[in-house]
Amino acid sequence: MNERKPVGQQTQMETAATRSKKPTVKPAKLGRDVQARLGQQLRAMYDDVVNQGVPDRFSELINRLDGKKDGE
Amino acid sequence: MPMDESVRKAVLAAVPSLRAFAISLCGNVDRADDLVQETLLRAIANIDSFQPGTNMSAWLFTILRNHFRSEYRKRRREVEDTEGHHAESLKSQPEQYGHVEFREFREALAQLPSDQREALILVGASGFSYEEAAGICGCAVGTIKSRVNRARTRLAELLHVNSAEDFGPDETTRAVLARGGE
Repeated sequence: MNERKPVGQQTQMETAATRSKKPTVKPAKLGRDVQARLGQQLRAMYDDVVNQGVPDRFSELINRLDGKKDGE
Repeated sequence: MPMDESVRKAVLAAVPSLRAFAISLCGNVDRADDLVQETLLRAIANIDSFQPGTNMSAWLFTILRNHFRSEYRKRRREVEDTEGHHAESLKSQPEQYGHVEFREFREALAQLPSDQREALILVGASGFSYEEAAGICGCAVGTIKSRVNRARTRLAELLHVNSAEDFGPDETTRAVLARGGE
């Protein structure tokens, strides 16, 4: 119990100090450049898979399911 | 199961993006490919319920997403802390993704709540509109927008990118302190 008080006071002081040091920071809203960078990375990761095309496994599956009508 | 040539081509054309979506959802290539296979089986078995002239990709994504969700719920009963498990399986199998450079990004993505992750991918990578993404996820457009926003903010936190760093807060801080000191 005795240890909690000074810790709480310290945290309060740090918060106040941080606030006065960073008057322009708005943590709730991302900058446009940050959003663009995240978007680029997301698409690069996604397109890495897209660019692998259609694996044989799936083109064969589609042909097999579709081909049943032609076989008759 | 007879399919029009145009329908067959549309299904085939959607497969690469469907795989990318599936991998993003479940974080494991083998499981993702099984998910795509089950999606294609279901879709082709029910191809008559596809309305010609509508978006084939969106239709397939909806089937995949719903199937994943029902599987996910089943797994959740089996495996405790599914999100943690998802992140862990990524860390133990980084080579599955081929490119190491996306590893950190994938790990961050894996830590997002699944509804935020899917919304961000549908809008930010698959190229669906907010309206289409809302249709795929079966929720309101506003819900998709807020999920995407929360996903971006959380992702930026996890990857330690933020506007404060980009715009050099240290200089600002120094300037403010210098002014305050005099």
